[in-house]
Amino acid sequence: MSLTSYFMEATYLIASILFILALKGMSHPETARRGMFMAEAGMLAAIVGTLVGTEIVTWVWIIAGLTLGSAIGAWMAVSVPMTAMPQRTALSHAFGALAAALVGVGEFLVHAQEMTVVTRGALGFEVMLGALTTTGSLIAAGKLQGFIAGKPIQFRGQNAVNLAVALAMIGCFVYFWIHPENVAVFYTMLGMAFVFGIMLVIPIGSADMPVVMSLLNSYAGLAAAATGFVLQNNVLIIAGTLDGFSGFILSVLMCKAMNRSITNVLFGGFGSVIAEAGSATAGGVMREISLDDAAMQLAFANRVVFVPGYGLATAQAQHACRELGELLEGRGVTVKYAIHPVAGRMPGHMNVLLAEANVPYSALYEMEQINPEFPSTDVAVVIGANDVVNPDARDNPKSLIAGMPILEVDRAKSVIVLKRGQGRGFSGLENPLFFKPCTTMLYGDAKSSLSHLAQAVQHV
Amino acid sequence: MNPAVLIASVYVFALAAFLGYQVISRVPPLLHTPLMSATNAISGISLIGSLVLAGAMKNQPSAHILGFVAVTAATINVVGGFGITDRMLKMFGKRKAEAKPDAKEAAK
Repeated sequence: MSLTSYFMEATYLIASILFILALKGMSHPETARRGMFMAEAGMLAAIVGTLVGTEIVTWVWIIAGLTLGSAIGAWMAVSVPMTAMPQRTALSHAFGALAAALVGVGEFLVHAQEMTVVTRGALGFEVMLGALTTTGSLIAAGKLQGFIAGKPIQFRGQNAVNLAVALAMIGCFVYFWIHPENVAVFYTMLGMAFVFGIMLVIPIGSADMPVVMSLLNSYAGLAAAATGFVLQNNVLIIAGTLDGFSGFILSVLMCKAMNRSITNVLFGGFGSVIAEAGSATAGGVMREISLDDAAMQLAFANRVVFVPGYGLATAQAQHACRELGELLEGRGVTVKYAIHPVAGRMPGHMNVLLAEANVPYSALYEMEQINPEFPSTDVAVVIGANDVVNPDARDNPKSLIAGMPILEVDRAKSVIVLKRGQGRGFSGLENPLFFKPCTTMLYGDAKSSLSHLAQAVQHV
Repeated sequence: MNPAVLIASVYVFALAAFLGYQVISRVPPLLHTPLMSATNAISGISLIGSLVLAGAMKNQPSAHILGFVAVTAATINVVGGFGITDRMLKMFGKRKAEAKPDAKEAAK
């Protein structure tokens, strides 16, 4: 080994260590940023190491790619609003996976004939995972952005078609594994993987996006890890595996938060079936409350808990919410925010949106922390959330969302629900919370309701 | 790939998986979005494979083109991912002075 290759290997080792330390820093908001600087340093070291340690014959494409990629990346980093974070992350999974798939195709072009069986297997995995994650993430990003209908797209025999595509893809993979000289089979596998990625994501509705995002995150990471096996490069294996497992852990957490299994999310088509099993229990009238009464109630409360849902984000009402919260705090009211794990469109999304609106993170409470506090809460304000506060999930075993952990808002002394209209939530389920005697409804756009409430509180 | 290298790679994979599980289960839900965007940026490490493809293959113009696209895609991931993660983490850092003692509990 030459001196420069030792240098390269050393930078890879340093990068691996820095990546792990960076993720360790993520365990607390105070250390997270420092951790990211370490990861950035690690990445830079690995890039420099590669450029020094490899015999580069042409710099043109490298410089062009780095420049173009940095420009687009920097533009995205600066310009993407926090509400669009799920789309951006999905798009980014697509880019990462595409890079892995292309590296795989390149390896196939250059080295296909000299590969051992094991390397070829890893290459197949890399290309398949990379390709299906690319198209799957693009579809997810399209759904989140609204280019594609967010509702599940389903047709008769969908699972059969999906199965056929998957089998064709795996068949090509096995054939390629045994007969690498057949170029057509390799490209058919690539094509099938692209198609499979699309098929996998189109039947999934927007409400299930937190799970899909995490899964795609996991796939993108595993594709990078497979690249590491092909190139016999440990830093790729380590970084890819960390990413893959992070995505996997998040998928499991998100599924738990919805009380669903991963197979159910992928093949269940939840949104299309609206069973009426649970609606019998709900009934009665929803009581409307006037702005002034609501303001009065809030202003003279001791403890107020805000429960934001995705409706808050779509109404861009985070800032209005924080302003109202600060006004109340100024009057000596204790204000907390209860965050359900699937309150946004990706894991932790709601926390980011509230942090952007200057809500201190110490006021944000997870479901397990806040639930015991609801009985001593004077007013719970539900803003654009529905299913995550539906007591049917806890009380009615027949309900479609039975068993899903909820924020137990109905145990608060009184509840004010901010809602656009009398319609049902995303899942189409009736919510008995709205009919409880302690609940009152404040209709209207969340943003204007909140700012009017803030004005009214000032005049109390 | 000779068997010794393969076995070593499998060891690295298994240990990284174990370590990843340990480290990532300690990340509070508060930071799950930055976590996802950070791990995404880190997995942009496939950039180093892309660099080799784009520049180190002799007489392989098609590999160079593929490599160029891969380098571009991976760089978008790295630069965009780290940039936006930092933007998010900055928001969590501000108003630190107002942080209540609860913040320390969240770290556990």
